[in-house]
Amino acid sequence: MKSGAGNRGMVTTEGRNCTETETEKRKRNGVDRGKHRVDQVPSDPSGMIVTSALIIWKALMCITGSESPVVVVLSGSMEPGFKRGDILFLHMSKDPIRAGEIVVFNVDGREIPIVHRVIKVHERQDTGEVEVLTKGDNNYGDDRLLYAQGQLWLKRQHIMGRAVGSGFGAPLAIFGEDLPGPNLALRFLPYVGWVTIIMTEKPIIKYILIGALGLLVITSKD
Amino acid sequence: MHSFGYRANALLTFAVTILALMCAIASLSDNLNTPSPSAQIEILNINWFQKQPHGNDEVSLTLNITADLQSLFTWNTKQLFIFVAAEYETPKNALNQVSLWDAIIPAKEFAKFSIHTSNKYRFIDQGHNLRSKEFNLTLHWHVMPKTGKMFANKIVMSGYRLPEDYR
Repeated sequence: MKSGAGNRGMVTTEGRNCTETETEKRKRNGVDRGKHRVDQVPSDPSGMIVTSALIIWKALMCITGSESPVVVVLSGSMEPGFKRGDILFLHMSKDPIRAGEIVVFNVDGREIPIVHRVIKVHERQDTGEVEVLTKGDNNYGDDRLLYAQGQLWLKRQHIMGRAVGSGFGAPLAIFGEDLPGPNLALRFLPYVGWVTIIMTEKPIIKYILIGALGLLVITSKD
Repeated sequence: MHSFGYRANALLTFAVTILALMCAIASLSDNLNTPSPSAQIEILNINWFQKQPHGNDEVSLTLNITADLQSLFTWNTKQLFIFVAAEYETPKNALNQVSLWDAIIPAKEFAKFSIHTSNKYRFIDQGHNLRSKEFNLTLHWHVMPKTGKMFANKIVMSGYRLPEDYR
């Protein structure tokens, strides 16, 4: 990599240190620019990208305080607001849950979280505990059919996070600002989540992808 | 430094950054809008008011909901999700919010409306506290933008009261 200091700067050329004359330098600059530089950046960018992605994922987990900071909308029950394939970033704040908020929750016995809107809230006087009923905007009935057998209400422990915001600016937007009303800090990337949907519906693709990624990481030269 | 991989990576990063910036600006432009929404809700009729077998009170109402929410729409608005909730307090519960009716307004033309409707979702209490109950009817709106920050607000209308006896 050219150090570029002064007329007679030290230049590393293919591993050899040498001072060079003006003519030699001019010739090099004018004619064969790309040839005599040494790359000090890894020559395989994909390994770096994968590692960066992993770092960002782990950082997200720390920042949002959620074990699953990213979920994908798998069904059309919240259309036209959220479409299948949209990615949601989760953030859970201590603010009380109120009607109208879009929450992501887990039902006991179901591994896939659901993203729906709260339509009923009953908050206890003494404990402050809350019982909540949800419904998908695009569904006819409420979510009681989705809850566990005999379960009528969702409680705080079922809820993984809240949703707000939209658009392509997801990476910037997750470092959430203070928003009016509840502290919602979800953003979503339209359509990017289709990768996850395909992986869920055809698991063999998931294995192939993970294998390929692992191979990339191993073979990257840095 | 000039391999295809590097160039593609640099281009992609640049594109995503620009896209993200544009979305942020679009979202910020929503702050320039000063909305002035208005709404009135009238209870036209108490259809029935009963105690369920399990002991919970339930009431069925017919409402007239009139609102002008056109000022909430900006160029960056995808849709407006609105709902009317009955909000009240009971000895057991500090807050009860029961959504009675909701709608999605897809465009500005539909944002000024007046409808008669019975409650879309059942108004059921946890217990039997609804007789003579004073409650608020709140019209909430959630603005879902094409891109950027979602925000929500509401108009609280108070002074509604349920009958003293079951009917």
